[in-house]
Amino acid sequence: MRRKGVSVAKRLCILDADLCVGCQLCVFACARRPGTAGVAGTGIWVRSAGGIRKGFVVIACRACADPSCARVCPVDALEVKPGGGVRLHPELCIGCHNCVGACPFGAAIWDASREKPTICTGCGYCVDYCAYDVLKLKELPANQEEVVYVGQ
Amino acid sequence: MLANEPLDRVLIIDLTKRRATVEHRTDLFQAAIGGAGVATRLLQEECPDGADPLGPENPIIFAVGPLSGLFPMASKTVAMFKSPHTGNLGESHAGGRSAVAIRMAGYGAIVIRGASSSPVYLVIEGDKVHFRDARAMWGMHSAYATGSIIRDREAGAGMRTIMRIGPAGEKCVSYASVITETYRHFGRLGLGAVFGSKKVKGIVVSGVRSLPVSDPKLYRKTYDEIFKATTESALFKKYHELGTAVNVLPMDAMGALPTRNLQSGHFEGADCISGERLAEEYLGRRVACAHCPVACIHLAAVRFPYPDEPYFYKTNMIAYDHEPLFAVGSMLGGKDGSHDTREMFRLLDVSDALGLDVMSMGCSLSWATEALERGVISVRDTDGLNLTWGDYPTYVKAAERIVSQPNDFYAALARGSEYASKHYGGADYALAMGGNEMAGYHTGPACHVGYLAGARHSHLDNAGYALDQKGAKSGGLTPEKVGKELATEEGWRQVLNSLVICLFARNLYTADLTQRALAVSGCEMSADDLNRLGQETLRLKHEFKRRCGFDLEGVRIPRRILETPTPMGRLDERFIRQALQVYREAVLPEAIPA
Repeated sequence: MRRKGVSVAKRLCILDADLCVGCQLCVFACARRPGTAGVAGTGIWVRSAGGIRKGFVVIACRACADPSCARVCPVDALEVKPGGGVRLHPELCIGCHNCVGACPFGAAIWDASREKPTICTGCGYCVDYCAYDVLKLKELPANQEEVVYVGQ
Repeated sequence: MLANEPLDRVLIIDLTKRRATVEHRTDLFQAAIGGAGVATRLLQEECPDGADPLGPENPIIFAVGPLSGLFPMASKTVAMFKSPHTGNLGESHAGGRSAVAIRMAGYGAIVIRGASSSPVYLVIEGDKVHFRDARAMWGMHSAYATGSIIRDREAGAGMRTIMRIGPAGEKCVSYASVITETYRHFGRLGLGAVFGSKKVKGIVVSGVRSLPVSDPKLYRKTYDEIFKATTESALFKKYHELGTAVNVLPMDAMGALPTRNLQSGHFEGADCISGERLAEEYLGRRVACAHCPVACIHLAAVRFPYPDEPYFYKTNMIAYDHEPLFAVGSMLGGKDGSHDTREMFRLLDVSDALGLDVMSMGCSLSWATEALERGVISVRDTDGLNLTWGDYPTYVKAAERIVSQPNDFYAALARGSEYASKHYGGADYALAMGGNEMAGYHTGPACHVGYLAGARHSHLDNAGYALDQKGAKSGGLTPEKVGKELATEEGWRQVLNSLVICLFARNLYTADLTQRALAVSGCEMSADDLNRLGQETLRLKHEFKRRCGFDLEGVRIPRRILETPTPMGRLDERFIRQALQVYREAVLPEAIPA
């Protein structure tokens, strides 16, 4: 497992999923960043919490200091970033899906078009497209912030 | 069309042969963009003259457009079929996740042919199509439950649509709806009955893909311009905050809120069903269609006690909008202003569980209530139900009987107010226009000309209610102005419905922005091209209607709309007929003998 020195990480915080209206503009934003439309390659996902009447679950990497996904990667394709979170080295990834199963939030989102996972890198591009203040980019040391809500 | 653009792929599902194929129809999408433009032409190809709307020869067509999956508020899917309710053009639009899901599955259109021999639900996962056995699900009493079951059984959560019918669709009630994502509907003109006739309980569509754009930089720039407008512009404030229910009080104040089968334009209980009051007392959640930040879908959290069980309650989330509120609120509400909003919500909830078009249901029940009051029908016809304004528990029972059809009267009511009034009398106050029950506006002549003339007899065809309000301010309307302006507006809306954007964004997607957004998708069209396409699409729809036997000249004008004054005074039948003639000459010039 790759690991670098401790510093401050940027992470995407899901402040309050109850504010989410399910418009999915964040999902489209993430996929749009490289310059295409649609949703392939997104690192953030929004689905209903068991039917729309119950509201929505927002799924994105919470930048763990000791990420399960990196632990189970057999080829060290997921580099643990200083302070938490991972960076994918696509040239190393063999498409084994281990990371998908290991993340309890489902935040390693499989991109079938590349046969590789997309995991939020905390770039914050989606934040500007959330009209409901669900998302916020924060600079926080890993696992020492207030409770980060994933889902409800 | 750009390389790797999947829009021209038409998925053809044959229910009889249980086979699915894909055809590339670049020609069609290049000529007609998508959505309504493409669906109209596919209907022309697929639906033979004389087709039985409930026969296997009636196709179901869904179409999305080049802006679906690209830009905010391109969130609608167009469904086309021959309507079992009117016997001619069936066209209904829905949002939810439907448009994005169909686009993400890699299709511009889906055509469903034939009929299944036993109940099925279809699962379209990208390139895979599954025919799932739905025999065990047939006869379930609630479309909510059907949705839950399919949701749990199938993959693709987040980027999928789950369309389904309730028992009304199975029983082929001519105004049965198809529900998608629990709260959005292909509501009007009976798509649910066409599903039922084919033994299709539901359709799930899901997929994940990327879509090409002509220029990534220009794409992001155009996107940001649209996004900014959708979140900051005053255009969307009313939909965003109180939702369409914000219309209730202004309509009532001007005397344009159809009340008790349009015996009045004022509803004593208007305050109780206003967007303001409902937000204060019931609003429990606001949700959005996929790729739309406006979030106009307003859900009421309504707590219902169980009558026989102390301290047992259920809390249902029930969607409300101006149209359902008019249809079951003012049209069926009591005279004394003591409106039982909770029980009204129960009727809305039951209508959705049964899978009925709430607008046609409300107007059919309001016709039945007046017919009973006048002695045109009796309580023997209504199976003992004493339909009375404001008595929602009885209306709930009547709604259930529209589906269970215990006698000839309910079987007739299950075909709408026009059909029922033909058999029982009371046609003067059967508020169906071209066979389709009216919407919640009695603003002046243009709204009614719009309902009567519009290709799908919907207020959304040509927004006559807006023309009335403009006319009232500017000193009146002439038949020429009404006929021409409605035809022009309806022509342009064919373009918007081909992109396919939500009509709430009609003032955002101007001709200029439409052209620029289309250019990002690789579709270059001039303003003239767009206008021509709109008019041509509208003409094709009216030609289809004519082949089905519909003639604007002979359309029935319910006397009631002439009797109850509008904010612009009493309506004159001659004015309406003249305006219809002007509209007809504008949309079907060659049909008029020289």
